[in-house]
Amino acid sequence: MNSILATTAMIAAIVVTATSGDILIASAMRQIGDLDRIRARSGLYGAAAAVVTNGRFGLGFICLALSFFSLLFALSHRDLSLIGPAATSLTFVSNAVAAKVFLHENVDHRRWTAAIFVCAGVALLAF
Amino acid sequence: MSLRRYLILAIVTLTASLGDTFLARGMKTLPPVSLAHPAELIHAIFSPWVVAGIVLLIGFFASYLTALSFADLTYVLPATSLGYVLMTILAHWWLHETVSSWRWLGVLCITAGVGFVTRGPAYTNTAEPCPSEIVHAGEEVSR
Repeated sequence: MNSILATTAMIAAIVVTATSGDILIASAMRQIGDLDRIRARSGLYGAAAAVVTNGRFGLGFICLALSFFSLLFALSHRDLSLIGPAATSLTFVSNAVAAKVFLHENVDHRRWTAAIFVCAGVALLAF
Repeated sequence: MSLRRYLILAIVTLTASLGDTFLARGMKTLPPVSLAHPAELIHAIFSPWVVAGIVLLIGFFASYLTALSFADLTYVLPATSLGYVLMTILAHWWLHETVSSWRWLGVLCITAGVGFVTRGPAYTNTAEPCPSEIVHAGEEVSR
C-alpha cells in the first residue's frame, strides 16, 4: 500500500511541476512572440535575451527544473517503463486542460482526440 | 507551416526521447537516491550517461522554446510524441527487444493522435497580438 502511495506521489510531483512549467513557458513564449522574427531583427543574442529576461520564463524554468529532479528521484526508485508512460500520459491530459483554462488555446475536438489518443498510446507502451 | 518548422518539431521529438533514454541509463548505474540525502541527486549529474542526457535535453529545450513561439502547447506536445513510436521501433529492430501487441497498439494510438493534431491549425489567434507581431506590423507600415 505504501509502495502504491509512494509511486502515486512521485508521479503526481512530476505531473504537477511539468504542467506548471509547460504552461508558464508557453505563456512566456506567447508573450515574447515568434523567435525567428526576433532573431532576424535583433540577432541570436537578442532572441536569447528576450527569453531569459522574461519573468514567466524564469518561473517556468524553475518548475521544469523541479520536474527534472522529481523524475531523477522517481527513476532511482522505480522503472522507466512505469514512471515514463504514467507521468507523460497524465501530463498530456493535464496540459490540455491547463492550456484551455490558462492560455485560452483553442482546444477543439481534434486536439482533445489527439491528447486522449496519445495519452492512451503512451500508457499502452508500459505493457 | 514551413519545412523549417516541421524540422524544429522533428528535433524536439528526437532530442526528448534520446535524452530521456540516456538519463534512465545513467540513473540505473547509480544506487537509489533517498529523500534523506537529496544531495545525492547532484552527484548523479556527473555520471557520463546523465551528462549526455542533459546535453540532449538542453537541445530539446532550445528547439521546444522555438516551437512554442510559433505553435500552441496543445499542438506541440502531441505532434512531438512520435518519439515514443521511434523508440519502440528502434527497440524492436535494433535492440531486438520483444515488443508486445499492446505496445504496437500504443504505437498505433500515438500515430493516430499525431495525425489528428497535425491536420489542424498550429496556432490560436488571440485578441491581443504578441509584441513581436506589433513591431513587425510597424516595420511593414514604415516601408
